[in-house]
Amino acid sequence: MSNIQQVLQDRILVLDGAMGTMLQAYKFSEEDFRGERFKDYPTPLQGNNDLLSITQPEAIKTIHGKYFEAGADIVETNTFSGTTIAMADYQMEDLVYELNYESAKIAKEVANKFTAKEPDKPRFVAGSIGPTNRTASMSPDVNDPGYRAVTFDELRIAYKQQVEALIDGGVDLLLVETVFDTLNAKAALFAIEEVKEEKQIDIPIMLSGTITDASGRTLSGQTAEAFLISVSHIPLLSVGFNCALGANLLQPHLEAIAPKTDFAISAHPNAGLPNAFGEYDETPEEMGAQIEEYLKKDLINIIGGCCGTSPEHIRVIADIAAKYKPRPSAALNKVEEFL
Amino acid sequence: MKLSGLEPLILNENSNFINVGERTNVAGSRKFLRLVKEEKFDEALDIARHQVDGGAQIIDINMDDGLIDGKEAMVRFLNLIAAEPDICRVPIMIDSSKWEIIEAGLQVVQGKCVVNSISLKEGEEKFIWEAKQIKRYGAAVIVMAFDEVGQADNYERRLEIAERSYRVLVDKVGFPSEDIIFDLNIFPVATGMEEHRKNAIDFIEATRWVRQNLPNVSVSGGVSNVSFSFRGNDGVREAMHSVFLYHAIQAGMNMGIVNPALLEVYDDIPKDLLEHVEDVILDRRDDATERLLDFAETVKGSKVEKGLDLSWRENALQDRITHALVKGIDAYIVEDVEQARQESAKPIEVIEGHLMIGMNVVGDLFGAGKMFLPQVVKSARVMKKAVAYLNPFIEAEKGEKQEALGKVLMATVKGDVHDIGKNIVSVVLGCNNYEIVDLGVMVPPERIIEMAKKENVDVIGLSGLITPSLDEMVYLAKEMERQNFKVPLLIGGATTSKAHTAVKIDTQYKNAVVHVNDASRAVTVVGDLLNKKTAHEYTAKLKKDYDEFRNKFLKRGKEKSYISINEARRKKFKIDWESTEIIKPKELGVQILKQLSLKELLPFIDWSPFFRSWDLHGKFPNILTDDVVGEQATQLYEDAQEMINQIVAKQLLKPKAVFGLFEANSINDDDISIQKKGKEVAVFRTLRQQLKKREGIPNHALADFVAPKETGKTDYMGAFCVGIFGAQELATFYKDKDDDYNAIMAQAIADRFAEAFAEYLHKQVRMKHWGYAANEDLSNEDLIKESYKGIRPAPGYPACPDHLEKETIWQLLNVEKLIGVTLTESLAMWPAAAVSGYYFGNPEAKYFGLGKITDDQVTDFASRKGIPKDKARKWLHPTLAEE
Repeated sequence: MSNIQQVLQDRILVLDGAMGTMLQAYKFSEEDFRGERFKDYPTPLQGNNDLLSITQPEAIKTIHGKYFEAGADIVETNTFSGTTIAMADYQMEDLVYELNYESAKIAKEVANKFTAKEPDKPRFVAGSIGPTNRTASMSPDVNDPGYRAVTFDELRIAYKQQVEALIDGGVDLLLVETVFDTLNAKAALFAIEEVKEEKQIDIPIMLSGTITDASGRTLSGQTAEAFLISVSHIPLLSVGFNCALGANLLQPHLEAIAPKTDFAISAHPNAGLPNAFGEYDETPEEMGAQIEEYLKKDLINIIGGCCGTSPEHIRVIADIAAKYKPRPSAALNKVEEFL
Repeated sequence: MKLSGLEPLILNENSNFINVGERTNVAGSRKFLRLVKEEKFDEALDIARHQVDGGAQIIDINMDDGLIDGKEAMVRFLNLIAAEPDICRVPIMIDSSKWEIIEAGLQVVQGKCVVNSISLKEGEEKFIWEAKQIKRYGAAVIVMAFDEVGQADNYERRLEIAERSYRVLVDKVGFPSEDIIFDLNIFPVATGMEEHRKNAIDFIEATRWVRQNLPNVSVSGGVSNVSFSFRGNDGVREAMHSVFLYHAIQAGMNMGIVNPALLEVYDDIPKDLLEHVEDVILDRRDDATERLLDFAETVKGSKVEKGLDLSWRENALQDRITHALVKGIDAYIVEDVEQARQESAKPIEVIEGHLMIGMNVVGDLFGAGKMFLPQVVKSARVMKKAVAYLNPFIEAEKGEKQEALGKVLMATVKGDVHDIGKNIVSVVLGCNNYEIVDLGVMVPPERIIEMAKKENVDVIGLSGLITPSLDEMVYLAKEMERQNFKVPLLIGGATTSKAHTAVKIDTQYKNAVVHVNDASRAVTVVGDLLNKKTAHEYTAKLKKDYDEFRNKFLKRGKEKSYISINEARRKKFKIDWESTEIIKPKELGVQILKQLSLKELLPFIDWSPFFRSWDLHGKFPNILTDDVVGEQATQLYEDAQEMINQIVAKQLLKPKAVFGLFEANSINDDDISIQKKGKEVAVFRTLRQQLKKREGIPNHALADFVAPKETGKTDYMGAFCVGIFGAQELATFYKDKDDDYNAIMAQAIADRFAEAFAEYLHKQVRMKHWGYAANEDLSNEDLIKESYKGIRPAPGYPACPDHLEKETIWQLLNVEKLIGVTLTESLAMWPAAAVSGYYFGNPEAKYFGLGKITDDQVTDFASRKGIPKDKARKWLHPTLAEE
């Protein structure tokens, strides 16, 4: 298998688009989510998208396939909520290992098929690691600002389980994404470092924050640059932003960090801002035009889509990305020397 | 170096000097310490905010203090800071000498912070491990120029340690070199000692070398140390700081702790002063120190004319009396009071008029934090002297005695002998015109009740230092309720807390219960309680406050979880007995030591707790130059030295010790069997930690440090008791002369001697009697920091909080017969200035805190010890986890 660092030097890599948006089209019912295995499970399961890797694996495989076909180099596993902390909502903490393992396995299966067909364009699987539904540096209780609903150690342990299962399932890299609280991300990075040391392996890490509003800061209050500094102690494959804002609003934040890091830069924005119905309606062409602005400015090494994006969006983005050279990255050049 | 809070902070070649704010440090700021202790975190946050507003680019946070739970305070404060965007925009410096506090801090800060500090002091292995963790948490680190040998105090050593630390960090840990900050130790100059002459220039030159030879690192330090010897002369100090910084920054020092209030602009320093200061800082002349000292006299101004300035004697009578009271000068008070008496219609008017006017000034200054406890106690001495002079005149006139504001009963509870704090509160209340009924120490509850009724007191104050005293206080509160008492109850003493008072005592008594742990609060609290107009409202407020505090405390849900004693035993601390070297003591058996000269103990005195007993907070010797309390601390220190000289010359105190070294093996996991020639003569029962810990972290018990019987190896341990006799007599001598200041001083000094004796004896045992560390060479500072091999834990302290085992020590060493130290029914030692404990010699033995234990261990402990479970429960009560 080709090394992703090597490929990154030659071209801009394309990440897939939304999983959730694609799954909505299937209109799965409660029974579909449950499948045979969980038909008597005590809690409602509709909406637990990660579970579909077990109960509706064909749908997940089909979506991965559509993104690869559209031109994606990397697909994300269906594991955004695959921690004991996030799964507590469904009382499915005990299933965490299996969910991650199976999700990784089916994504890798699809990736291998495509790589076999087009050996010149190797496909990769990134293990998706979401932020969980709790924040380690903010209090959910306005009357008690010192309170925390989750500790660093609880996060570290939860992330460690997820990471181990993803790696066992065969992912090529890890993607810590939608980071709204930097301390959560630091716990994830800490866990990954522990797993790397224990398993005596190295695995590339992508890290992607999210900037939630016009203040230009993360939910936990950091500026883009402060966020970058706070996560740069671990050798990352890439750092960047995803979700929350559409492509055009994300640009200034990418500009803020791109000149200040040796890591590769990634972005996977939403298809614009949501409309009054909570739907994303930026067309592939509109989004593509915004993204072309990034590429003209040499800002990007990895590009993809988040909420509201479809294989069509990815096809347009991939076509545009193919026309541009990747942003020169010192860290990747070092890899070259090393090789 | 790049750091971050909510915003970035970037240090590069073009950056200006980075100023670190250090007022949020319990060791450096008395106010901050007090706020943290009282859990007034809102006000503590204001200090942090003030620092940031004042231009601090990083804030240093330190919670290292014996009386607060440093880890919890650090986490709580950092969590609160995280909710204040105007504070947490700057990076945090997590400052502690304890790794667990550092790690707890690293786990709650999202930005890239600085750890302050690590060093090679305890060897490379620990240094590497900590550095690796810090790297993984994503922080920069301050490395102290300190190694296994000691602190770097010259140019070569600074280079040697810095280079070695750098190589280890960069080569072995892979630590980013730009995230390394060296603290190269700023020491004072112009101390008059030849070896201190180069202290400043060595730092400056070492900084230059480090910045040139160790790529990318930063250099930091605490600047005020350099001018230590000119404390009291701010003019010279300011110039010294500026000159030092000017040269150090040129050499490459790029961050540090500087008090902006004590800094002169370099260019504004007068030419002649500049020359003299630079001569000293740069060590340019052999006679630089003498010349600066001479010159300093002219810079001094009028600040420090100690006692020589008699111009106040020219003032009006009232001003003179007020001055004497505020300054604690008793030399002229009789003379002045006599004049006042002649000018007044009745002698009582002198007390109610002149003297009270003066004492009110003292009270106001004390309340405003402008006078400190030792000064107030001195004021009281002057007051008493004046009143003693006036009393015969008042009686001769058969005039009415002066009306006191109220009557306060003070007592140290049954079984407890510690009364320094109680005496201080008595004195402070006394000089605020309250009548004190002091029942002394070891006062049974019946007597407190009886005297309270007989004397018709308005307030009862209870004090205690050891944990069993807490139960005594609860009992007394119940008794007061049963007998329909209405008077307020004050609770104080080292072992008491607002939490215990709120949860256990307040609930027993329907009337006011207040925890008062600092003398300055006692006056206002008693005032509010006895003020007829406001008392009712104040009491209701107190009740409500304690009720809320209690609810909050009980609900705070620490969610600590515990494992069973059996599981804890499976996770015991394991020493590899195959490979560990067991050293047989050179002298087995019991020995006594009665002929020791106090002089021998002087170098072993740890002064920081001495200042604490006077409500002055800070580490010695830095406290002597502290911005806030430095002047008072220096005065107190000088007075202490004077008394010590007397004590040593006249042998007013007598140290006695008994210790023994024995064959020993741990048995049944948690017990230690003590043998003489193979025959068991005593068994120590130790307690085991039950807090659920991370995988791989052991649950300690002291028994783990002694080889188990099953190993077939004979191991050894020891026990000791030291006591200082004569303090009570000395204190009484001063008290009889109405000199509470020196009475309290005598007790505080005796306490220090007892601790010093324990330290001295431990060293003798390590080097001579046991002899496992025959070649040890540790400074007093190292001893205070417990850098030695082997430990001497004491029953009643964190590793073994049960006092019961003292009985076993007493029996094993025949303590009472051999040296005369006795145990009270609460197992406090008498004389109060005494220390007893165990010796463990294994190099892996270390101090730990037991934490809380659960019921299964109590059952087990009781059956092992052969005592009823109720008795075990009673004694272990304070260490039981809440069920």
